[in-house]
Amino acid sequence: MDLKAGTRLRSAVDEAEVIVVKAPGGNVDLRAGGHPMVPVGEDRPDGASAEPGFDKGCLLGKRYVDESGELEILCTKAGTASLSVGSEPLEIKEAKPLPSSD
Amino acid sequence: MNVAMVLDMAADGLGDRRAVGDLTYAQVRSKARAVAARLRGMVPPVTSMASLLPNGDHLPVALFGACWAGVSYAPLNFRLPEATQSDLLARLAPAARFAQEWMNDGADGDDQAPFVDEPERPAVLLFTSGTSAAPKAAVLRHDNLTAYLFNTLEFGSAGEDEAALVAVPPFHIAGVAAVLSSTYVGRRIVPMARFDADDWLELAAAESITHAFVVPTMLARIVAVLADDPGRRPPALRSLAYGGARMPLPVIERALELLPDVEFVNAYGLTETSSTVAVLGPDDHRAAIASSDPNVRRRLESCGRAVPGVEFRIVDGEVWIRGDQVGGGYVGIESQVDADGWLHTGDQGVLDDEGYLWVLGRADDTIIRGGENISPAEIEDALMRHPDVAAAAAVGLPDTEWGEKVAAMVVPRGVGQSFDADQLRDWARQQLGSIKAPEVIVPAGELPLTATGKVLRRVVREQLLER
Repeated sequence: MDLKAGTRLRSAVDEAEVIVVKAPGGNVDLRAGGHPMVPVGEDRPDGASAEPGFDKGCLLGKRYVDESGELEILCTKAGTASLSVGSEPLEIKEAKPLPSSD
Repeated sequence: MNVAMVLDMAADGLGDRRAVGDLTYAQVRSKARAVAARLRGMVPPVTSMASLLPNGDHLPVALFGACWAGVSYAPLNFRLPEATQSDLLARLAPAARFAQEWMNDGADGDDQAPFVDEPERPAVLLFTSGTSAAPKAAVLRHDNLTAYLFNTLEFGSAGEDEAALVAVPPFHIAGVAAVLSSTYVGRRIVPMARFDADDWLELAAAESITHAFVVPTMLARIVAVLADDPGRRPPALRSLAYGGARMPLPVIERALELLPDVEFVNAYGLTETSSTVAVLGPDDHRAAIASSDPNVRRRLESCGRAVPGVEFRIVDGEVWIRGDQVGGGYVGIESQVDADGWLHTGDQGVLDDEGYLWVLGRADDTIIRGGENISPAEIEDALMRHPDVAAAAAVGLPDTEWGEKVAAMVVPRGVGQSFDADQLRDWARQQLGSIKAPEVIVPAGELPLTATGKVLRRVVREQLLER
């Protein structure tokens, strides 16, 4: 699927939702629980469940990045399945929160 | 993406927490949806929603409600003379005007309509005075504001006990940022309609305030009260951020002494940069105040270092800023951002080897009084509308309370004529409001001008100071 900043997707296997913060150009095979994610507002396939090994969860408010750092997504609704591009799992982007400034 | 996403996340993930007053994030979302439904139902359609209310519990409902509908949120300065307010409202047309009664809607949360996914309209419009007489509406897009939140904060990271006192006016970028940041981290806000140092300290104690932002003028007044009565220290206060204008060194030194357990944060930012772009953190403050090395100590006068996602350059002494949170556009005016994405701020600055930034002053002549940017041209135009005034030049003079005060050199109409300075000052107050009206008015035979007829403000300032 072609992703761009602002694209909203939902998991096919649980309640998780994400929004794309940053995307590389071209096709990205973004998955949750090993199944391709579905644009918010579109129907998802019935009865899909997470593939084994893709059960690390999608934590609300966490940012996830691929190895290259070119893909960055934000989890806007939590879920139990892991996020991946193809079979490559996405990692949590560790934040260095600043002191409160406003 | 729409900044309304931030409220949606808070309502889903932190729904039971108090957001403001008695309202939880879930209740704020219900009310914001109701505001959005009202805006979407308007005939003819509106593109922006103005608000002329002082700070109150409606703040997140108004801001997120407008964003939810894809309508620009435009908080206006309610202290402006009525004619100016009408003028600004006309420039926002077709615009709705937020009303306090709208807060009564959405109690049952029956409107489940999703927010506008890719809003065409900017998220926020803030009028700045700039250097021309006509105020400019700075454009902050949804992506600018979300970039600021995502790059500098961690969602839901506030403790359940945290509460932020919002005393800056709602039409100031810091007031807008306070609502967005607090919602994103899950920190309750306590809006304060009108700043007064005594009231601020009382409210901070009563509401167990842990975080606050003040402009230097506010801090100077708080420090003055605390110096007389140190027992009034807000018991729960942990973090005090300041910005909006240059902080006088004696004020911050005094504040650090009087509030030794508080973490101080200097935040430098512009309306056009979605608030903070540089931060001088608590450790920098502690190191500076404890040091006898003048190079370390002078960091107390710096703005600190760039926040993640933001770059600085100094070009010919001017501060340039680049990053996703930089807007730089104005309604009806070409963007102030160059082809490579740099915003030329008009601030004079210096950057050291470790990335610390010192802002030395405005490159243009904007007067900054208590964090309010005031355009000299607007004051001059107003003065020159008085029948006894031929010419006027307005400048900022140093002031211990406000940072700068407005002063004007005025040339009477007709040779050998004079005018009553007190009467002119009263008249100017009616025209401009108390914030912008000159405190000092001095008659002069003529204004110092360049060969091309421009007023030499530097000379005006020197002459007014010599008096």
